[in-house]
Amino acid sequence: MRKSGVTLTTQTVVLIVAVIMWIALSFMSPHFLTITNVQNIMRQMAIQGVLAVAEVLVILTAGIDLSVGSLVALVNISMSKMLVAKVMSIPMIIVVMLLMSALVGFTNGVMVYDLKIPPFIATLGMMTILRGITLLISGGSNVFGLPRSIADFASGNFLGLPNIFWFLIISVALVEFILRRTSFGRYVYALGSNVEAARLSGVNIRVVTYGVYTLASTLVGLAGILETSRLWMGVPTTGTGYELDAIAAAVLGGASLFGAEGNAFGAFIGALIMTTIYNGAVLLNVNPFWQRIIVGIILVITVAVDQLRKRRTG
Amino acid sequence: MMDEFVVVMKNINKEFPGVKALENVNFELRKSEVKALVGENGAGKSTLIKILTGAYTLDSGEIYVFGRKIEKMTPIISEHLGISAVYQNLVLAEHLTVAENILLGQLPTRGGILSKSEMMKRAKKMLDEIGYGDVIDPMTRVGDLSASQQGMVAIARALSRNARIIIFDEPTAVLAAQEVEELFRVIKWLKETGRSIIYISHRLEEIFQLCDTVLVLKDGRVVGEKKVSETNEDELISMMVGRKVQGGIYDPTRKIGEEVLRAENIKNEKLKGCSFSLRSGEIVGVYGLVGSGRTELSRALFGADPIESGELYVLGKKVKNMNPRRSIDRGVSLIPEDRRRQGLALKLSVKLNINLPIYPRIGKMGLLSVSKEKKNAEYYVKVLDIKTPSLNQIVMNLSGGNQQKVVVAKWLASKAKVFIMDEPTNGIDVGAKEEIYQLMNSLAKEGAGILFISSYMPELMAICDRILVMRNGRIVADLPREEFDEEKLLSYAIRENTDAVVS
Repeated sequence: MRKSGVTLTTQTVVLIVAVIMWIALSFMSPHFLTITNVQNIMRQMAIQGVLAVAEVLVILTAGIDLSVGSLVALVNISMSKMLVAKVMSIPMIIVVMLLMSALVGFTNGVMVYDLKIPPFIATLGMMTILRGITLLISGGSNVFGLPRSIADFASGNFLGLPNIFWFLIISVALVEFILRRTSFGRYVYALGSNVEAARLSGVNIRVVTYGVYTLASTLVGLAGILETSRLWMGVPTTGTGYELDAIAAAVLGGASLFGAEGNAFGAFIGALIMTTIYNGAVLLNVNPFWQRIIVGIILVITVAVDQLRKRRTG
Repeated sequence: MMDEFVVVMKNINKEFPGVKALENVNFELRKSEVKALVGENGAGKSTLIKILTGAYTLDSGEIYVFGRKIEKMTPIISEHLGISAVYQNLVLAEHLTVAENILLGQLPTRGGILSKSEMMKRAKKMLDEIGYGDVIDPMTRVGDLSASQQGMVAIARALSRNARIIIFDEPTAVLAAQEVEELFRVIKWLKETGRSIIYISHRLEEIFQLCDTVLVLKDGRVVGEKKVSETNEDELISMMVGRKVQGGIYDPTRKIGEEVLRAENIKNEKLKGCSFSLRSGEIVGVYGLVGSGRTELSRALFGADPIESGELYVLGKKVKNMNPRRSIDRGVSLIPEDRRRQGLALKLSVKLNINLPIYPRIGKMGLLSVSKEKKNAEYYVKVLDIKTPSLNQIVMNLSGGNQQKVVVAKWLASKAKVFIMDEPTNGIDVGAKEEIYQLMNSLAKEGAGILFISSYMPELMAICDRILVMRNGRIVADLPREEFDEEKLLSYAIRENTDAVVS
């Protein structure tokens, strides 16, 4: 089923690194391997993981989505406003949020396919616009007064796992299923490997491009909803830099920015590594500024090792 | 004894995971010698060249250049020694000018500032040497030149680096007949001025026109070395493939039936009105020089490029607004000119590539039947004898011939009735070519119609029932098999530019 041995080995290596980290951390801190902390890691990881899964979809087509952080913020603020104003029932608000996110993704797809704007620029524009809208509708201030049930959801568990972590599991399973078991999934890889060959093989590039960006943004919308639940308020500056974490997690999980390499499970592992580093650093009282440095170094080393290995076998 | 040779490679061994690419290969090149390197794809030609140019490091063996032992060959040392390669896929910077390309890496500057006049002068001098000083303007962007002129720029670039040993890897693959003549003239001049040439080509008759000696490789070993004057094509072919190629690939037993494709006066940006018909069981050749519109015709028929006016009939039914999906669903297929760029998703598996056009047919509502996908790929890998270690192998790692078979496999899988093949034998070895010809015959025998586009006349004349000749976006001749004649075909193809008269 694997597209290549390389993807498998990158993932395996990163997974082994994650396991080593977990073992090391459980020796170094008595608080690490406790139920509370593990659940805490899962909560931290859930949102980042869903974003990484969304990002990997776009990266597979040799594209990129920089608008995910701003979209999380837009969903967070508009959802908070609607919850406070009680304009409709909570399930309806959630549906509206997902539809709004899908529309954002669809627009990204139109910019990329129809207007031929490079994905980096198209989504950079979208990122700036969405952040602007978020600040505009919030007036730059936080939104308080959300129903208690919203916060309870994020802190609640289901079958021993945090509620919001289940959404990560579902997202990974869903995207993995789409990639492995549907023709759309095959087209995503084909698009990332060679657009022209895909087109000449009868693949509807337009539909696949729209589909990828729309699906990715819908997942981002989900992440925005989870973020709102976790924050229990609307914060217009939330999500800043999330896109870079999502890209980093996808790449750590074996995705290639040149397209056609990677999968959703890899993004999950990437998010796991990054969350473990952040969590471990806090437990070990490492200066928080070091966290980012460590993540950056690991990211660069992972990709460098992967490139070296490819050169040797290629 | 050593100084007579410019290059001596002794007992060269190179292994890739799972493959012995070269085994105890000995290679010698004299001053002013044009040596042909032939062999099937995967025989080790490219590997040998890459070791000589320092792109690969050898596992064991010795390399001497101009009598000096080279301990560790690198691309930089290789260039300093005067070894230069003019590759199959030219590595020129298309956005830069001819002069910049020729002098790249050694641009003349005055106090750090580029000296344009000096650059022009030097580039012109290099072009003059090969007789192109008045043909190619050094200020033209390389991307605006024809393939043949780009080749000349690549040669001028090699000369500007004092190349003493020049490697040509399939240089004629993209050239038309008279362009090939031009290239040969330049290569002969290079030889006369004391340079040594390594010439790689799948077109054996070129070797007899051009080369002094020929080295045959097979499965990473040297099978033999001959003086060109003391051998012939049949012998070389049998050395290469280890079997004698049967002469005469035309199959007269094919039954010509109903019309499967008809074009009526189709026009677009590049096509100025093309009409023809293709019947089931028929193999129709399309011959034309570079720029004649032969590739544009293939793309328009398949719906890869838009048609502005004219009518197209597939299996007797008129089709409007062709696009690749509609074409495939109606049983039309295109094997594009550049399989790496247009035909294959190189980073993906053999299995995915074979199934790519037919995913809508092997699942319900977008859900795949993974077992059908696998069975399909297995079947066509077997039918076409595609050499791959597994269905999950990435297509990039296959040889050129096997890659082309993967392209063919996907159209067989799609049950195409019309095959438009644009240079299907380009850059693949003799054995694989033979297989492609046989495949065309058997496809036609089973009722397919084949439009075979090629710039290589002998293969068209060998296999086709009719040949259409294109020039300037028009079909200017439709010749039946009885009238096949190289001079005649060529004169149709170039008549406007020369005074050639149809005999």
